[in-house]
Amino acid sequence: MLPPQKSTLAEQTDALFHFVNVTSIILLAGITFAIIFFAWKYRRRSENDVTPVITHNNKLEITWSVIPLILVMIVFGWGLNGYMNLTTPPADAYEIRVVGKSWLWEFHYETGHVSVNELHVPVNRPVKLIMSSDDVLHSFYIPDFRVKMDVLPNRYTSLWFEATEIGESVVFCTEYCGTAHSNMLATAYVHSSEDFITWLETAGSADDDLPPAELGEQLVVRNACNTCHSSDGARLVGPTFQGLWMAEREMQDGEVITADENYLRESILEPNAKITAGYQPVMPSYAGTLNDRQIDAIIEYIKTLSN
Amino acid sequence: MATNEATSNVKRIQVRRFKPEEYPEKHYLNEEKGVWAWMTTVDHKKIGLMYLASITFFFFVAGVLAILLRTELLTPARSFMDADVYNQVFTLHGAIMIFFFLIPSVPAVLGNFILPMQLGAKDVAFPRLNLASYYIYVIGALFTLVAIFTGGVDTGWTFYTPYSATTGGNVMAMTFGVFILGFSSILTGLNFIVTIHKMRSPGITWNRLPLNLWGLYATSIIQILATPVLAITLLLLTMERLLGIGIFDPALGGDPVLYQHFFWFYSHPAVYIMIVPGFGIISEVISTFSRKVIFGYWAIALSSLAIAFIGFLVWGHHMFTAGQSSLANMVFSFLTFLVGIPTGIKIFNWLATMYRGSIDLKAPMLYALVFLFLFTIGGFTGIMLGALSVDIHLHDTYYVVAHFHYVMMGGMVMAFFAGLHYWWPKMFGKMYSEFWARIACAILFVGFNMTFLPQFVMGAQGMPRRYFNYIDQFQSFHVFSTIGAYVMSVAFLIMAGYLLHSLLKGKRAPSNPWGSRALEWQAASPPPLHNFHHVPVIINGPYDYHKPMSEFQLGIAASHNGHHHHGDEAVKVEKSEKEQA
Repeated sequence: MLPPQKSTLAEQTDALFHFVNVTSIILLAGITFAIIFFAWKYRRRSENDVTPVITHNNKLEITWSVIPLILVMIVFGWGLNGYMNLTTPPADAYEIRVVGKSWLWEFHYETGHVSVNELHVPVNRPVKLIMSSDDVLHSFYIPDFRVKMDVLPNRYTSLWFEATEIGESVVFCTEYCGTAHSNMLATAYVHSSEDFITWLETAGSADDDLPPAELGEQLVVRNACNTCHSSDGARLVGPTFQGLWMAEREMQDGEVITADENYLRESILEPNAKITAGYQPVMPSYAGTLNDRQIDAIIEYIKTLSN
Repeated sequence: MATNEATSNVKRIQVRRFKPEEYPEKHYLNEEKGVWAWMTTVDHKKIGLMYLASITFFFFVAGVLAILLRTELLTPARSFMDADVYNQVFTLHGAIMIFFFLIPSVPAVLGNFILPMQLGAKDVAFPRLNLASYYIYVIGALFTLVAIFTGGVDTGWTFYTPYSATTGGNVMAMTFGVFILGFSSILTGLNFIVTIHKMRSPGITWNRLPLNLWGLYATSIIQILATPVLAITLLLLTMERLLGIGIFDPALGGDPVLYQHFFWFYSHPAVYIMIVPGFGIISEVISTFSRKVIFGYWAIALSSLAIAFIGFLVWGHHMFTAGQSSLANMVFSFLTFLVGIPTGIKIFNWLATMYRGSIDLKAPMLYALVFLFLFTIGGFTGIMLGALSVDIHLHDTYYVVAHFHYVMMGGMVMAFFAGLHYWWPKMFGKMYSEFWARIACAILFVGFNMTFLPQFVMGAQGMPRRYFNYIDQFQSFHVFSTIGAYVMSVAFLIMAGYLLHSLLKGKRAPSNPWGSRALEWQAASPPPLHNFHHVPVIINGPYDYHKPMSEFQLGIAASHNGHHHHGDEAVKVEKSEKEQA
């Protein structure tokens, strides 16, 4: 019933889950049996049936109060213990900054590298995520690791885990955040420690040798631009990139602009400065996420989509 | 000394037996005629029926929305509506079901109709206020309709900030509608509390109060104490949106977690506003159809009050991942488990009532048993979610969605149907088709479990709630769940069919078709405008099936109709000579 256990803390959460599940099913079976058995055994045989006068029984009342009380106190203590483990990261945990924006996840590493919708972590090493939001509430959830924490705009929250398996796990946003809430997914990549170090060293310069338009095409996917902007003319949350280059567009305030380099650059860094008529001002800023070279590449890519 | 004082308080009343009139020509439905008479009526029964018509309408609307949601979720990507439409639809489904159906369903419909009758009173304490509550409800509903047709609302029924402070659409009209609606709820609660305290017929002491009224009493207390907090919260939200005063929005210096505290401080007790009156109905139905004295009267009565009280202290369990302190989480988790105990006590007492009873599986009893099963599942999964470490995994997934549908629909709605089928003959003086009622109940049971059991599994596997798109691995669960929803809608169509048939062509109901000992069944079906032509006198408990029916049909022998006697006073009954013969 539960997803695979891919963190050190998954097992204790699952053990309690199964304990409550099994106990509940046993008790439910008992109650269901009693309902069916009584309904059959004591079915009405005639309109003149006489039933016994049994008004109460204090011993029974105490029994069915105390036994459940003991059971739930076990569950409480067990759950609290697990929770304390979940919220107490080891002091040497590897720290990664997480920023939630509508509708993407940004991960900032110690090298200054920023990855969007891709969380890269080393295996068998505690990782602590220090999280905040740029706009509304989000919630960071990795089912495989059994961790979840809300991401707030006015304070830092954190969670930690230690991945136990090399591989990929899905990351969900679980606090409703608007139109593309269900597209606010990321992937957690768990590397061996050597691979992680290699990735960290090369991540920033991996695309150095790509031509700008091709790099731009990759960046559009990698930075989740395509969550809201299509490349094929389909209308999503934001205007499509197809045919955008040098098009005349009417803004919300009635001004008509031409989608040139400066407009595109401004729209990436200060998305709410000019809003195309008919669209909502919901795009987060990419200032600090994309460097000048990457912005150039995206503009080059958009140019290739002109009609 | 003490005994002397006690005996000096005893009043002597001459009583005689009043057999309820069978198949009355004149009753509350035909004594006043015309639309205007209905719209201005202060009769609690008619007001109850007006609420019934209103909540049926909203149940239908929100039910259609649910079918739309489930249909959209047949495929992992877009099926037939856009993400923005989907977000509005799930918001409206939740908000309408909770604020316009569940909260008023039992208190305002069945409570209004039955409460004065179970007390032997002519009406509630403040009949005009009661009518005002109804119109306040209607005005609140109109604002909501305005919101729907002027931009819609896409915040989820929880209106979480800062999203609700920044999103487009007509959030203001919606919150204003809910704000107004709250007053309807508060005034109804106030009316019920005063009525129960002041309008009891002679002999209805606190230990002879039907458990249905204990349930409504506990509910009314929550309504009065918790609803104002919702009003304050929505007012603050309005101030923030309209005037830009920073309370919840961090951009203005506010705190979004504060909003969640405010919201759940009302909305968790509101869960008990919805379910506790359901407990009352189940107590009545199980005792009646087991024809046996209720087991553990005080355990059931006091556990309702305990739930109402502890229910105020557990709101934080909605916020285990919201960023509140570990200490707060620990305390809220602990208190959450405590609230499970009185709930368990109720279930065991109901089972014990069935033991050695004379059980008749008529439709109301069938619904009550379905309630027992589904609500127990809702309770156990609540224990699961109360456990801190497990909740971290399950919070905001379909597991939670399934859990509260088991509690709200499997519990509350089934209890409402039990009550509706139980009191239907009293309300309309007509019987419904027992055969079709049982068929519908069975289909509903199957469809309900098909819809929501798979949601526990996909929730445990990590499927988040409020998702328009989802990853492919969950599709089979979603498809199964959607088919279950279609099955349920068949049951509702059948129910609508046989209830309409009953209204139009149903066999006339006798005054007491179930052989109940409760006071409302000693009035005619349908009851006269003022319920009883006499002042009922109660000498037995409402579940004393070992006493003869004649002892439940007593009333003051004198012809005056004033309420000179009050329930708190001990009554010494002298039957008139004619009666004793």
